[in-house]
Amino acid sequence: MTMKRHFDADLDDLRGRLLRMGSLCEEMVHYAVKVVVERDDGHLAAVEEWERQVNAMHIEIDDVCLRLLALRQPAAGDLRLIAAALKINSDLERVADQAVNVAETGVYLCREPQIKLGDIPRMVEVAAGMLKDALDAFARGDVELAREVIKRDDEEDRLKSQTFNELVHLMQRDASAIQRGMDIILIARNLERIADHATNIAEDVIFMALGKDIRHSAEKI
Amino acid sequence: MNDAVYARRRKVNALMFALTAACAAVSAGSLLMILGYIVWKGASSVSWAFLVNLPKPVGEQGGGIVNAIVGSAKVVGLAGLVGAPVGVLGGVYLSEYGRGKYAFAVRYAADVMNGVPSIVVGLFAYALIVHPMKRFSALAGSAALAFIMIPTVLRSTEEFLRLVPGTIREAALALGVPRWKVTAFVVVPTAGRGILTGALLALARVSGETAPLVFTAFGNRFADNGWLNPIATLPHTIYTYAISPYEDWHNQAWAAALILMFFVLSVNLAARLWLKPS
Amino acid sequence: MAEALVTSAAKVVMSVRGLRAGYGGASVLKSVNLDVREKTVTAIIGPSGCGKSTLIRCLNRMHEAVPGATCEGEILLGGRDALALDPVLLRREVGMVFQRPNPFPTMSIAQNAAAGLVLNGARDRAALAEAVEKSLRRAALWDEVKDKLDAPGASLSGGQQQRLCIARALAVEPRVLLLDEPCSALDPIATARIEELLLEIKDQLTVVIVTHNMQQAARVSEYTAFMLLGEMVEYGETRRLFTKPADKRTEDYITGRFG
Repeated sequence: MTMKRHFDADLDDLRGRLLRMGSLCEEMVHYAVKVVVERDDGHLAAVEEWERQVNAMHIEIDDVCLRLLALRQPAAGDLRLIAAALKINSDLERVADQAVNVAETGVYLCREPQIKLGDIPRMVEVAAGMLKDALDAFARGDVELAREVIKRDDEEDRLKSQTFNELVHLMQRDASAIQRGMDIILIARNLERIADHATNIAEDVIFMALGKDIRHSAEKI
Repeated sequence: MNDAVYARRRKVNALMFALTAACAAVSAGSLLMILGYIVWKGASSVSWAFLVNLPKPVGEQGGGIVNAIVGSAKVVGLAGLVGAPVGVLGGVYLSEYGRGKYAFAVRYAADVMNGVPSIVVGLFAYALIVHPMKRFSALAGSAALAFIMIPTVLRSTEEFLRLVPGTIREAALALGVPRWKVTAFVVVPTAGRGILTGALLALARVSGETAPLVFTAFGNRFADNGWLNPIATLPHTIYTYAISPYEDWHNQAWAAALILMFFVLSVNLAARLWLKPS
Repeated sequence: MAEALVTSAAKVVMSVRGLRAGYGGASVLKSVNLDVREKTVTAIIGPSGCGKSTLIRCLNRMHEAVPGATCEGEILLGGRDALALDPVLLRREVGMVFQRPNPFPTMSIAQNAAAGLVLNGARDRAALAEAVEKSLRRAALWDEVKDKLDAPGASLSGGQQQRLCIARALAVEPRVLLLDEPCSALDPIATARIEELLLEIKDQLTVVIVTHNMQQAARVSEYTAFMLLGEMVEYGETRRLFTKPADKRTEDYITGRFG
């Protein structure tokens, strides 16, 4: 006998808020990278506007979580959902910050001569895909998808190292490219961080669904 | 634990247990002995003719006690019709509204009345009714029995109403129901079974009373003749026949006692079955 | 008396000012203020003996049914002076459910639900049957009892009996429903059902609940009043009171450091 509780509506609302915040973050990543790849600094304004929205949601969601913890005394799955929501909330806020960093660096690069982007396009694809899938896994409590997201983080790390190497070679040959090369490396690092946050979200989804903490353990999958 | 102490305790325990069981047996046993003795002595004289015929003139053998059965029914019936409502309404007052000095006085008076010997009540009815009317009557007998019933019914009604939880009254009051409706339609029905039982037991008790009838209903060897004339009753007939010098009357007294006993037992049993929650 | 009043858009349906009450010579409430907002759940919490039950029993004047009870101050119901109204009529507008489930023992489930209407003279069978179904549905009991409406009210489980008592109170269509520790005699499942039902009915009427269980207050109410020793220590929005109480005594009580 499972009773539909009013509390369930509160939890659905919390889930909905996180997913809306998550989709804003996805948009931000896409548009931030457009600044770099398409050399179009017109997207910066949109990214910055979204960041303001994400920051407001960050505070709201923390507030909702605290209220639910104080008023509903959640237990078991409810408690894990709210604990996971608090952490996912922080991860998403960081993702938004990284996206702003990418966009801002991109605006500087727009004013400079074109430079090799290394594996940046591929890295965006992987990181954005991981973020999207981590959020889908959260929405559905899909443990399999979450595990799959975590596996993809290695790919992102590999692409990052590859981009580093490529640009270090370039800078060794051409000193005039050092400033721009460093920026590309920073962007790669930002993207790799976004993938890390997606990984954290996936880990939180597994904790939420199974009550099993898989962080910092050998058993990554 | 010390074995000797334990053994002694067990012995004392067994002894006290046996003592209490024996005392219980005495009280139940006396009832069974009285019942058995009355059945043994009275059963042979009980017959259909005994129940439906009037007494024969003094000196003749046989005859019945129909006049006493009808008389008892009338006297006790009227006493119940008057005594039960007065007692119940008084009990409702004491339980639902009775605070302060007046209620204390009523309650105290009822308790004293319950302890007054029934012959005194008979004397009172004599002074109140028989003496002014210059005649013994069924009415005077009923009045005497009603006086005995009222305090009993009053107190039993009050006790049964007090058993109704206060939360039931509160629940009804909180629905915006006036106080009198709460009492009449919620509280009294809740205690209804108990109140009726109390009234029936009081009725059974007065149907066996003899002393108050001696100088009120007085007794009569002839058929019932209205409310304002002397009337025969079962307990009084038993008394008259038992102290007579005739062997045949002695037997009839036993038979009448058996019939009275049967009536009282049936009412008691009915009352107890009624009280038992369904 | 910090923050006895709340400023909010919701309309005040009952307002209490300077209420003092007691039994015999003993004073239980020492000048209490409270605003009850329409179509909300207001919880009153506090340790045993703080006067929370006395306070709500003053709201429908059940308090004065106790011999020796005293009550003075101001209680307004929709602007009318509740202490000057006929208490019988006041109680039809301000219903009450008690600590222990108390269905009328001589009545069936349906008769219990209709008791308030029947005792006040309703005779139309069809209308009564309709009212019984409506109130049992509002009390989330209909599905469990619809096939045994003629069974005695006392044959139900404790939690069902309490919901029957809620249905009985709702059938009279009060504006305000007072609940005096309605779950203290119930197990956690029955308690959860009653809490859900309160969240359900608050769209239709105003609820004031006294509870010694502050988690329950947190779960069901929009406004919470914390009382201590007959005083209103703090009154405000539940989400605020349970996350950042203004008074040190409130903080100590809700964090379990009270003593």
